[in-house]
Amino acid sequence: MKSLLAYSKDHSLAGSKSVSPFWVMVRKEVADQIHSWRFIIMALLILLTWIGSMYVSMSNIRGAMENVQDHDSLYFYLKLLTITDRSLPPFHVFIGFLGPLLGIALGFDAINSEQSNGTLIRLMAQPVYRDSLLNAKFTGGLIVISILFFSLNMLMVGGGMLLTGVHIEGAEFVRILCFVVLSIIYVAFWLNLAILLSVKFRQSATSALTAIAIWLFFTVFYPILVQIILKGILPDPSMLGPEQMAIYNEIRHNFLVVIPSQMYTDGTTTLLMPVVRSMGPLTMEQMAMAVPTPLSLRESLLITWPQVSGLIAATVACFAVSYWLFMRREIRT
Amino acid sequence: MEQPIIEIHGLSKTYGSLKAVDNLTLTIQRGEIFGLLGPNGAGKSTTILMLLGLTEPTAGTAQICGLNASRHPIPVKRKVGYMPDNVGFYNDLSALENLKYIARLNDIPEAEVETVAKEMLISVGLEAAMHKKAGTFSRGMKQRLGLADVLIKRPEVIILDEPTLGIDPAGVRDFLELIRQLNQEQGITILLSSHHLHQVQQVCSRVGIFVGGHLLADGSVETLAANLFKADPHVVQVTLRTTSGLVENDLLQLPGVTKVDIAAGAVEISGQSDSTPDIVRYFVHKGYDVTGVQKRTYGLDEIYQRYFENNIKENEVHNEKSTGLFQRSFFGRFKKR
Repeated sequence: MKSLLAYSKDHSLAGSKSVSPFWVMVRKEVADQIHSWRFIIMALLILLTWIGSMYVSMSNIRGAMENVQDHDSLYFYLKLLTITDRSLPPFHVFIGFLGPLLGIALGFDAINSEQSNGTLIRLMAQPVYRDSLLNAKFTGGLIVISILFFSLNMLMVGGGMLLTGVHIEGAEFVRILCFVVLSIIYVAFWLNLAILLSVKFRQSATSALTAIAIWLFFTVFYPILVQIILKGILPDPSMLGPEQMAIYNEIRHNFLVVIPSQMYTDGTTTLLMPVVRSMGPLTMEQMAMAVPTPLSLRESLLITWPQVSGLIAATVACFAVSYWLFMRREIRT
Repeated sequence: MEQPIIEIHGLSKTYGSLKAVDNLTLTIQRGEIFGLLGPNGAGKSTTILMLLGLTEPTAGTAQICGLNASRHPIPVKRKVGYMPDNVGFYNDLSALENLKYIARLNDIPEAEVETVAKEMLISVGLEAAMHKKAGTFSRGMKQRLGLADVLIKRPEVIILDEPTLGIDPAGVRDFLELIRQLNQEQGITILLSSHHLHQVQQVCSRVGIFVGGHLLADGSVETLAANLFKADPHVVQVTLRTTSGLVENDLLQLPGVTKVDIAAGAVEISGQSDSTPDIVRYFVHKGYDVTGVQKRTYGLDEIYQRYFENNIKENEVHNEKSTGLFQRSFFGRFKKR
């Protein structure tokens, strides 16, 4: 132990530059996530669904392409992402389903496992701002998700290009990129929700179960609940005329659109299927004068924007609450 | 005089109706080893957390290295090394990786991180376990790693919360020796909290006794003993084969005896002057079989015990000021009988 004393005397800090504590934390978080079994399992699951849906769409692409009349708007790669023969759902539907699980898996024990391990207090005794930890947890997760989704989609584009030699249009590429960004935001929402719960609950099992409960509520029970409420306050749809039916559907959609998975589904549908021109039902008058061409990229983005901003808002709200809870919390083991 | 390195003034912390720390005022000079003593739940850890700016005080201020801990926690944490009582590490990372992480967080340049961390591990005697995962470490090894972790930032003040908890006696000796060396050779100020009295007694230049959120006394062990046992500095413990028929008042008649405590098989007699011969003569005269006579010296144990019992009495009797502490407990004893 003698040399310990010697070290403290001689050692000088003057020298090369160092990384800011925040990025040190991010680096560690990313390394932790990639090495953790749950991420490997989730990534494998997503990879499998990706392979499955790519296989299905590759084998059905010929039939889909033959139906195309207008060769200006081929959108080969978008079709690759969305076409299915009903045996397997397309990739974006899978992400709508597995994305929350991925987010929850990456974030459910972010803070509380550090606390129960006794590492949180040790970390907080270092000269770092408390929010850096929260930011680093989120940024780390975000980086991992981004790399995963980005590489999967680029693999798809690259693979498709190698196999078919069809060239990709600029607008198509931007659409795919937007789809990737939307998916990342969607998973980021669930990641943030999971981090929030990990700040709130001391037990990581509790936070994981709560996160899964929220996810189940939104995917299974909320639509049922909406159905029941609509039945109570609105007349039976079978008795309605077509115009009233449109209003009925609009009300129903307005109820559903507040849940993250619906926002994601709506957003991806618009981005990946340029022919979709509205989230809600369209009346005959609206359709009457419309030119039956795919929407331009800008128009699709405009339609998606409410969904994107909704998801971002939900993410920010979760983050703000976890900030508020974490910043003034007393940290003890 | 030099500015004190730790200055606590009127520090209070309340959790709901519970007063964890109550109006604490304490100064610690540079280069001291200060021992914060108290039973569990006395508010030691809370005080330490407030010193580091990890908990906001309800009232009062804590200045450390001339900085307000709740206002400027980051510069404070740069200068203060803290080892919590239940030090934890990332179980999936090796000892070296754990240490490197902390080194990076402390702005140690990337080029030096690896060598500095290795040096640290070697110096705390963990070179063999350097690449082992921290999850496999024993309590003592974790404690050593914790010390490396604290020292890697080259602190001016080290705060150790129950540092000797759960280490074997040899480990404790090494550990305390190292603390003493750090203090002597580099002038690092050390604040340690503990309820292990003997260990603290060995290294501390000053101790503070902390019970129920109050600092009851502070000073060196000798001064505390002298102050506390002013009333009856001499205590003789007499062991008898049987104590039946022994009357307390008879013993109190002896010159200089102020307090008598009869327990099964033993009598403890406190007095102003050393009246051991009189006491022994008395017992022999009365025909008791004396099996042992022992003069008591005061250590931290007794001090602690005394303060502790006074504090309990203080809660029973009404709150008066501290000069009468001893007398109160003295009379309290009589009332019971």
